[in-house]
Amino acid sequence: MSVMYLLISISIAVAIGFFIAFVRAVRSGQYEDDYTPSVRMLFDDELKKPEPTTKNPNKQP
Amino acid sequence: MDTNRCFHCGLAVPFNEEIVFRDHSFCCRGCQTIFEIFSDNGLDAYYDLERSPGARPLSDAYQFDFLANEQIVAKLLSFDEANTQIVCLNIPHIHCSSCIWILENLRKLNPGITSSQVNFHEKSVRITYNATQLTLKQVVELLCNIGYEPYISLEQYGKTTKNTDHSQTYKLGVAFFCFGNIMLLSFPEYFELQEFWLDHYKGFFRLLIFLLALPSFLYSASGYYTAAWKSLRTKRLNIEIPIALGIIVMFLRSVVDMWFDHGPGFFDSLTGLIFFMLLGKTFQAKTYRFLSFERDYKSYFPVAVTRLGEGREQNIPIHDIEPGDRLLIRNQELIPADGILMTPTADVDYSFVTGESVPVRKQSGDKLFAGGRLQGAPIEMDALQSVSQSYLTQLWSNAVFAKRGARPIESITNAVSQYFTPVLLAVAFAGLGYWSFIDRHTAFNVFTAVLIVACPCALALTAPFTLGNVLRLYGRAKLYLKDANVIERMAKIDTLVFDKTGTITSASQSQISYQGSALSGSKLTALKNAVRASNHPLSRLLYQHLPATETLSVDTFEETPGQGLEANILGHRIRVGSAPFVGAFDQLTATQTKVFVSIDDVVLGVFTFHSQYRDGLQPLLAGLAQHYTIKVLSGDNDGERQTLEKLLPPQTEMVFDQKPDQKLAFIKQLQDNGHRIMMIGDGLNDAGALAQSDVGIAISENVNVFSPACDGILDASAFAQMNDFMRLSKKAMRTIRWSFALSLLYNIVGLSFALSGQLLPLVAAIIMPLSTVTIIGFVTLLSNFDARRLQITRQKPKHDKYHGLGETASVILNYKSAV
Repeated sequence: MSVMYLLISISIAVAIGFFIAFVRAVRSGQYEDDYTPSVRMLFDDELKKPEPTTKNPNKQP
Repeated sequence: MDTNRCFHCGLAVPFNEEIVFRDHSFCCRGCQTIFEIFSDNGLDAYYDLERSPGARPLSDAYQFDFLANEQIVAKLLSFDEANTQIVCLNIPHIHCSSCIWILENLRKLNPGITSSQVNFHEKSVRITYNATQLTLKQVVELLCNIGYEPYISLEQYGKTTKNTDHSQTYKLGVAFFCFGNIMLLSFPEYFELQEFWLDHYKGFFRLLIFLLALPSFLYSASGYYTAAWKSLRTKRLNIEIPIALGIIVMFLRSVVDMWFDHGPGFFDSLTGLIFFMLLGKTFQAKTYRFLSFERDYKSYFPVAVTRLGEGREQNIPIHDIEPGDRLLIRNQELIPADGILMTPTADVDYSFVTGESVPVRKQSGDKLFAGGRLQGAPIEMDALQSVSQSYLTQLWSNAVFAKRGARPIESITNAVSQYFTPVLLAVAFAGLGYWSFIDRHTAFNVFTAVLIVACPCALALTAPFTLGNVLRLYGRAKLYLKDANVIERMAKIDTLVFDKTGTITSASQSQISYQGSALSGSKLTALKNAVRASNHPLSRLLYQHLPATETLSVDTFEETPGQGLEANILGHRIRVGSAPFVGAFDQLTATQTKVFVSIDDVVLGVFTFHSQYRDGLQPLLAGLAQHYTIKVLSGDNDGERQTLEKLLPPQTEMVFDQKPDQKLAFIKQLQDNGHRIMMIGDGLNDAGALAQSDVGIAISENVNVFSPACDGILDASAFAQMNDFMRLSKKAMRTIRWSFALSLLYNIVGLSFALSGQLLPLVAAIIMPLSTVTIIGFVTLLSNFDARRLQITRQKPKHDKYHGLGETASVILNYKSAV
């Protein structure tokens, strides 16, 4: 039955782990700007587009 | 592809001026150049993300010359070491994903820039660059060249990097962590199953619950203890007192219950309560970070000015200006201190001060007041005062600015808790007294149960959620309030005071009327081409007003400053300007701006410039007059009194020729007579009146850049909805009252459990979240419903075509002595 102590301890430890992650997120400034990163992550696809144009100027269909 | 819109900035392309470049059309060379820069650097994606995202570049980039001064640069940099410099610049034009993309790719335009990061809400960009490769001035010029003119003001100058306070976020996080875990660990107790293994581990579970409740009780709820203590000391019965009392009693009772093994205690309800109340606080604390409600003249004044002395030009911080200094002011620069004009003429635009956007013509020897923006050729002036001693800036030494914020918060919640707390304590002691004759143990239980169940959680959540929601609804409709308390004050207003110029008149539109013999055919063509060549503000307006014609070459062109212009086109001699210049007779009315026209020495007619009243002004005021007293307060002379009398509801009081401090005194006098005032103004000269009034609303054509200190900023495009906003504030208060009734009902139900001595933890655990959720749902739905009925809905985002401060100033209406 002492497995209960183990399980509860693990679950609390996991919860504390998430809590530490939360504190670190606040510290690193994630709560300062909650909009720009959501736009920024979409840019990676757009960034690749200009590259072929510089290598191959006749790309235009 | 829409050929009438500029591919870069989206503005309509003027007739005959379209520039076609690489299959796209542009409205001007500036836009075309930016497109060229971007496409040559492989940054075409800028135009793929959003349609026409750009802004027209400003022609006068030298307004940032002061960045050559190293002292000033050092103060603006937030980090400065060897090869790494970091600067945070405010860019009002940031408005879409294209803006983020291009600004974060600045390093592709100049290798000296290492990285750049945009904060969209704050409309700012943080640029890391290498000072050995380029200077801050070059960085700023690069931004100007691509249409993203940064906004550098005295306010930012010398400001230390702000540390945002995250304690509220931490408290909420801790409260949620404790609440969630305790809820899970409490489940076995809810079912009260007499199973061996549940019983066996009960102690372990309860110990964990107790430990988990400690951070929530000690840290997350700490704000309520301090608030309750403060209100006790000032002898005011706030809502925080019963809350703090409820929390503490709940904790003690739970510890006792657990220690003597009476039951599991109320830790689950306790942490739930703390979490929900902090959630309400966070919800209410919606802030518009790109707006500033505390701006004073410092936000608009430049950081530095050019001083002439010892035969050379020198950039000095404006605080160093001393009486007697000779200053050089360039086109679009702000006059930083009162002084005497030394150059023959100057056109000064006082739109920041008065809302009147027609430049004033000053002659040599005239006094120039601080706050005006120079239009046209550079001037020299002798400073008479230092910056803080000038006519306008002195206003900020008035006591009303010092006591702002110290105003006591009169909220409906606190008004209710005046009665709530004594009644609650009376009931608790009555219960204690009654039960102590029967059973000591039950008496303690009843006493604590009353305080626990009556803990005004639902009551305390009503106002934050209602007002927070209404605040958001306003924000979507473009009325941005400083905080939720403003809504409560709005609902109590009985008198509305409007500023005239720039508030009920539009600062961006003008009306031009023509009297005289008809202009047509070749005469019209010639006139239009004559004014086309001129850069004078009135010529620009006239040019836009006249119908489109073909473009002709001008044979000769001569402009006499302060007089008018003369041009030869198609063999006609055209003179446009003042009456004596053209040779016309003018029955002079000083309040109107007129431009006379003659062709071949025959006076044809006169163009009159009127300030235009805002769209929908008349129905709006008529609607408002049914519930409020309306007054108009103007810094101008009474030249428009008759026009206003027709527009305004009958018996509207109109006061003219008011100086900034007189406006403040006018509001104060009304308040002393027991009125509650909402002031609606726009310019810096209204700042005193806005600060003094119960609710000061600044109306702004561009909310990002210009507004004096106030309680709320109203986008000019939403002006016609004012009456709906006022009605919604009253509806919000009604919603709160209904919700109070509902939450008192819950309290009565809970009290009946408590007084009969049967409050089980399970009942508390059900009643508390249930009441919270129904209250939140009720107020949110009701306030949304009210807003929809009043048609306060999301406005279509106006394509924000803002091009920096210079542009607002270039929209001109009429000459008038403004200050």
